[in-house]
Amino acid sequence: MTRILAAAASEARIALRNRWVAITVAMMAVFSIVLSAMGSAPTGELGADRLSVTVASLTSLAVYLVPLIALLMSFDAIAGEIERGTLPLVLTYPVGRFELLVGKFVAHLAILALAVAVGYGLAAAFAFWGDARAGQGVAALLRLLWTSLLLGAAFLAIGYALSALARRPGAAAGMAIGLWLVMIVLYDLGLLAAIVADGGGFFTTHVFPWLLIANPADAFRLYNLAASEATAAAAGLGGAAATLDPLHALASIMIWPLLGLGLATLAFRRVVP
Amino acid sequence: MTTLTLSQVTRDFDATRALDSVGFNVAAGERVALLGHNGAGKSTLMKIILGLIPATSGSVTVCGAAPGSSEARRQVAYLPENVAFHPALTGLEMLRFYLRLRGENPAVAMDLLARVGLAHAARRRIGTYSKGMRQRVGLAQALIGKPRLLVLDEPTSGLDPVSRREFYAMLDGLAAQGAAILLSSHALTEVEARTDRIVILSKGRMVANDTLGALRRAAALPTRLQVTARPGAADQVAVALAAGRRNGVMVDLTCAQDQKLARLGQIAGLGDLVADVEVIPPSLEDLYSHFSARAGNETCKEAQP
Repeated sequence: MTRILAAAASEARIALRNRWVAITVAMMAVFSIVLSAMGSAPTGELGADRLSVTVASLTSLAVYLVPLIALLMSFDAIAGEIERGTLPLVLTYPVGRFELLVGKFVAHLAILALAVAVGYGLAAAFAFWGDARAGQGVAALLRLLWTSLLLGAAFLAIGYALSALARRPGAAAGMAIGLWLVMIVLYDLGLLAAIVADGGGFFTTHVFPWLLIANPADAFRLYNLAASEATAAAAGLGGAAATLDPLHALASIMIWPLLGLGLATLAFRRVVP
Repeated sequence: MTTLTLSQVTRDFDATRALDSVGFNVAAGERVALLGHNGAGKSTLMKIILGLIPATSGSVTVCGAAPGSSEARRQVAYLPENVAFHPALTGLEMLRFYLRLRGENPAVAMDLLARVGLAHAARRRIGTYSKGMRQRVGLAQALIGKPRLLVLDEPTSGLDPVSRREFYAMLDGLAAQGAAILLSSHALTEVEARTDRIVILSKGRMVANDTLGALRRAAALPTRLQVTARPGAADQVAVALAAGRRNGVMVDLTCAQDQKLARLGQIAGLGDLVADVEVIPPSLEDLYSHFSARAGNETCKEAQP
């Protein structure tokens, strides 16, 4: 435990020095404020309170931004140590590779939590400022907060696995961006295309829902929209899979961080310093 | 008591044999120098001892445990060649981190940095350090706890002569407390005086493993006698000793170990013609070349049908 905390403290200090903490917090804050400002117009007519609407917009934002921030923080974790030549020494210390990995994970997740809390906090403040009924959306906001952390945790862990597999920061960065594009953008487009081609057949009814849930980003969106009263405010793929059990989606975003850490540990163990 | 035991250690990288049946021991309190050209297998051997890479065959025991086991890692300190640290951290933060990993009190970080002469830069980022300063951080982390075995890869590279001397004094202290020390170096002259035993690797094979004195006897390299003649008498001295003249006043001659006293007698017999005489025994450089070259010749002979 001491060793994990030592690794986490060291990693957090590095992130602070490298301005990662400032960058992530600023990113979340700016996007949340912009979103709140833009989303302030159509409230009222929907019948939902302003915070619930904000949460629905924040969900769409988080799907893009949280995985991106997580991958940006994690791609360098192991490849960077290999490149700098700091790995051989630390691996001769009485500390396990898994412990080092968990130390980095704890630090990065804490930074992500800070960024997400600041961003959502600002958005919530805006909502309360404009709508007295905003209290109704607090539960949805809290749910968004902790599921965002699970989503971030999943992509942090996947980022470490990529970092260990790539072994060079440049290659790891490329793989991270590629993964983000595939999982966040192309995955949904691919599924949509497949549904259109399938025309309501076996794929649409039996395969598609599971493929949607298998992607942690889609599972995150599904769970939050299904659970939110403002689902109507942000339809899309969520509507297409309205028949899905949100608990399956929740299970997916809970399993992914563990799966990712498992993959990262396996990949890290194969690294020869 | 033996701290490190290596027996028949072989390591192949694809088709290349990096280490071939290397075997030697390092006892508690013993300082052993590992010498060899670049690519002779020194760093590979060290990485096997540390458990960073496995040996293809052979056995290694570190403090009674398998290399790389947590039992072994607790008792072994390592200083890699060209040691690197995260540039964003200060020397003090880096050492606190290493102390915590070893379960030691992080408050002693400053004392350790002071021991290696880095107290003044402790709160500066390592990114601003010179190579020598980074090397000192590396030394400081190797001193954490009470390691029973220190594996030091080129520990004095980047250090100035005064720091090197301080470093070897520190090693003497650690050895006196019972630590076994295995270090590699290119600076043969400094190793000569400060280690108990010398192991020479050549193309992955161990070609020597003995004390300096025993290696000198085994190699039987000629001793150099450097005679300083009185001004103007150099030619006369050279003729009398049947030797070549180096410059205006010096006459150089070499002789086998057993002829040394006879030669010195001859020189003394020249009386006033000679101003001074120096006896220069074969240096570690000479011994190193001798053993490395001999191994090279053997390999060539073996290759011939």
